[in-house]
Amino acid sequence: MWVSLAAIIVVASAIGIGIMLAISWFPAQGSNVAPKIDTFWNVLIVVSVPIFVSVVTMMLFSIWRWRQRPGEEGLDGPPIHGSTKLEVIWTIIPTIIIAALSTYAAILLLDIQAAPAKGTRVVNVNGIQFAWNFETKTDAGPVKSNLLYLPVNEPVTFDIRSKDVIHAFWVPAFRMQVDAVPGITTSYSLTPTKVGSFDIVCAELCGLGHAYMRSTVTVLPPARYKAVMAGLAHASAAVGGSK
Amino acid sequence: MASKIRQAGWYRALAFTILGIAVCIGLSTGLRAAFGLNPVYDGTAVLQISLLMVPIFFLGGIGCFDYWLRWASGRKVVDDHADHGAKSWKDYFKVNTDHKVIGIQYICVSFFFMFVGGLMAMLVRAELAAPGRQFVDPNTYNGLFSVHATLLIFLFVIPVFAGIANYVLPLMIGAPDMAFPRLNALSFWMLPLAGVMMLLSFLAPGGSFAAGWTAYAPLSVDAPIGQAFFTIAVQFAGASSIATALNFLVTIITMRAPGMTFFRMPLLVWANFSTSLLVVIATPFIAASQFMVLLDRALGFNFFNPAGGGDVLMYQHVFWFYSHPAVYIMMLPGFGIISEVLATRARKPVFGYRMMAFSLLAIVLLGFTVWAHHMFVSGMPNWVRIPMMATTAIIAIPTGIKIFSWVATLWRGVLKMDTPMLWATGFIAMFTLGGISGVMLAMVPLDIHVSDTYFIVAHIHYVLFGGSLFTIFAGIYFWFPKMTGRMFNEKLGKIHFWLTFVFFNLTFAPMHLIGVQGMPRRVSDYAEQFATWNMIISISSFILGLSSLLFLYNMVASWRSGPKASSNPWNSLTIEWQVSSPPPIFNFDTIPSVVGGPYEYGVPGAVHAIVGDPAKDLVPAGAGATEGHS
Repeated sequence: MWVSLAAIIVVASAIGIGIMLAISWFPAQGSNVAPKIDTFWNVLIVVSVPIFVSVVTMMLFSIWRWRQRPGEEGLDGPPIHGSTKLEVIWTIIPTIIIAALSTYAAILLLDIQAAPAKGTRVVNVNGIQFAWNFETKTDAGPVKSNLLYLPVNEPVTFDIRSKDVIHAFWVPAFRMQVDAVPGITTSYSLTPTKVGSFDIVCAELCGLGHAYMRSTVTVLPPARYKAVMAGLAHASAAVGGSK
Repeated sequence: MASKIRQAGWYRALAFTILGIAVCIGLSTGLRAAFGLNPVYDGTAVLQISLLMVPIFFLGGIGCFDYWLRWASGRKVVDDHADHGAKSWKDYFKVNTDHKVIGIQYICVSFFFMFVGGLMAMLVRAELAAPGRQFVDPNTYNGLFSVHATLLIFLFVIPVFAGIANYVLPLMIGAPDMAFPRLNALSFWMLPLAGVMMLLSFLAPGGSFAAGWTAYAPLSVDAPIGQAFFTIAVQFAGASSIATALNFLVTIITMRAPGMTFFRMPLLVWANFSTSLLVVIATPFIAASQFMVLLDRALGFNFFNPAGGGDVLMYQHVFWFYSHPAVYIMMLPGFGIISEVLATRARKPVFGYRMMAFSLLAIVLLGFTVWAHHMFVSGMPNWVRIPMMATTAIIAIPTGIKIFSWVATLWRGVLKMDTPMLWATGFIAMFTLGGISGVMLAMVPLDIHVSDTYFIVAHIHYVLFGGSLFTIFAGIYFWFPKMTGRMFNEKLGKIHFWLTFVFFNLTFAPMHLIGVQGMPRRVSDYAEQFATWNMIISISSFILGLSSLLFLYNMVASWRSGPKASSNPWNSLTIEWQVSSPPPIFNFDTIPSVVGGPYEYGVPGAVHAIVGDPAKDLVPAGAGATEGHS
């Protein structure tokens, strides 16, 4: 019985892990953070599936093997009150798993929230009901826009603010998110690693237009980025001048 | 007519309500005139004062304070038990001090709000069936999901557990009633008031409250007047909760039958003991958070206004210091129910009884140390994240002990896979999934990505629907014969389970995926890429919603004309099954004496309690109160 149960758990876990890893969970990997999070997710899947499979297998096996059959209506099971050995085992094993996962998560967190190097490009992100404004200093002057442009493979720090209510600045492709909180400045840093356009989403309920508070970040090769920013700086100056 | 208005009841409640509104108008205009404010009549001011005061007038009118006021004013009070027990269905609409009547009142009112809140979920899913606008504008949409969550949390899951425990717990510990029957009645009557107030918010100018059930400041401070209905209704629901919890604590500590030591208490009693500790300690914090919002809104305080020196993040800290323990308030009583159902239907003692009790207390303690895991991306200091991750992950250990012990309870039993048992085993599978996604969310690096996405929506529904609601269904089916004296339709119960189980998973499992892929929660519109999954989710959710009608039909029809239930249809050892179904009006003629553990199944001749030979005239023929011992 024990051998076949163990075999069922191993096989079912393997199938479960296979299916779960085959699913395409995440959007494109757009930053240096993304592959780390995705790997962490895979580790969580590999650890979680066997736990779920074990619980459900033991339960279904019990139901299949010991369900009340005709003629057993008056019977009771054996009076097993517990087993210290088992209870110690299923306290210690989860403790080890939890400790290992938390350690991994803590190391990963310290890595992705590490302070950026001096001189990192800063983008000021302002959330307002219901749009994002981005301010970047460039050689051609300050650039203000509703669309975000970033050069590929250059680190960037977002300083995030809000004047009205709480928003959350989230680029799913970058895997990073933080709230824009009135009264304080929040921030995170990362390096975009993939050229292309990605969604910017507000992830914190901010009122009527919350669902529509979306924008786009366009990650460009450095030369192209410079050209676009120069054009935008020119436009910003023109707008500023006409006021 | 005049005598009807003098008597406690609905006529007097109506008269007092009108009087209350008049007093509030007078108070508001009088004060404004005294301060020289112009205009003297301000509708918003009157409304907010009325929301606070009129419910108290109503409670006075319906008769919640009569006895206390008479006693306090030195008049003669008669303890004739006139308000105790129900002789007809009309008595369920009056202030009653019988814990069994109050239990039924709680359960019926809670399920009413479950159906209303569930209907709102159907509207939400109808809107989300396709991208773009289908039926409702964004304001109504935000209102629908906000009221849905608020009703199901404050008017369903929390009070329905209080209702089940109200009915069952005094019987289980061999007590004639709760320790404070009049306080018990008051606790109940505050509840429908809170629920009605939340529903009335839809009539407010600017629409209902729409800042989510979390009502984060400053969104809730700037919101239209509908928000005040939430802010104040929560005070009444919270006060109800605190009073009931105190009542349970005193009842459990002081009114256990002789011989009922703490370690002979059924685990449902342990679970409600733990829950009540949480409620008494934590609930004042949500009251505080909402009073601060109210003061900001109504009187221009600056608790959450940075320009006035306020702190936006403080709201979240105070709010979650209640609302995380609230998650366990919504889960621990269910743990108790599952232990009762499994032991009885598996015919085996609960595996590791003491560890089951200790793990409840461990969850209570740890529950207070994890609130900021709701705030990993809130902008709070970064260093807080790792300790909060650790404490959150540690909760998985006592929770795991419970899950493994339940499975071990099934092992080698004689499992009767009937309706309560299906819900209980279904719960174990679903709650394990909810627990696993909970551990994933505790891991900060992942949480940063999936915060406020559909992954969260999936997780909370696995915990509160697959978790709490499954245990509620298990409990309602399990104690239905005791409460009504009739059996439910087993076949319908099983169909109800399978429909719910299948379509629950089809509804909520895909939400994990679209969340990780990047769909934020609380949106009425979404990117085209999520359209297919949302259509599948919406269709499944409609069938899930319809399946609850089977439950409703089964309960109503069986209560009216189901076959008569014996006193102990499950052949259980605990005390509530040793009295007639439904139990006599004062529960026991002589207080039972407890001589052993509650789950000694399989031990030859084992007895949990000796329930005094009840007077034959109180027990219907054929419902011998001691047949469980034979």
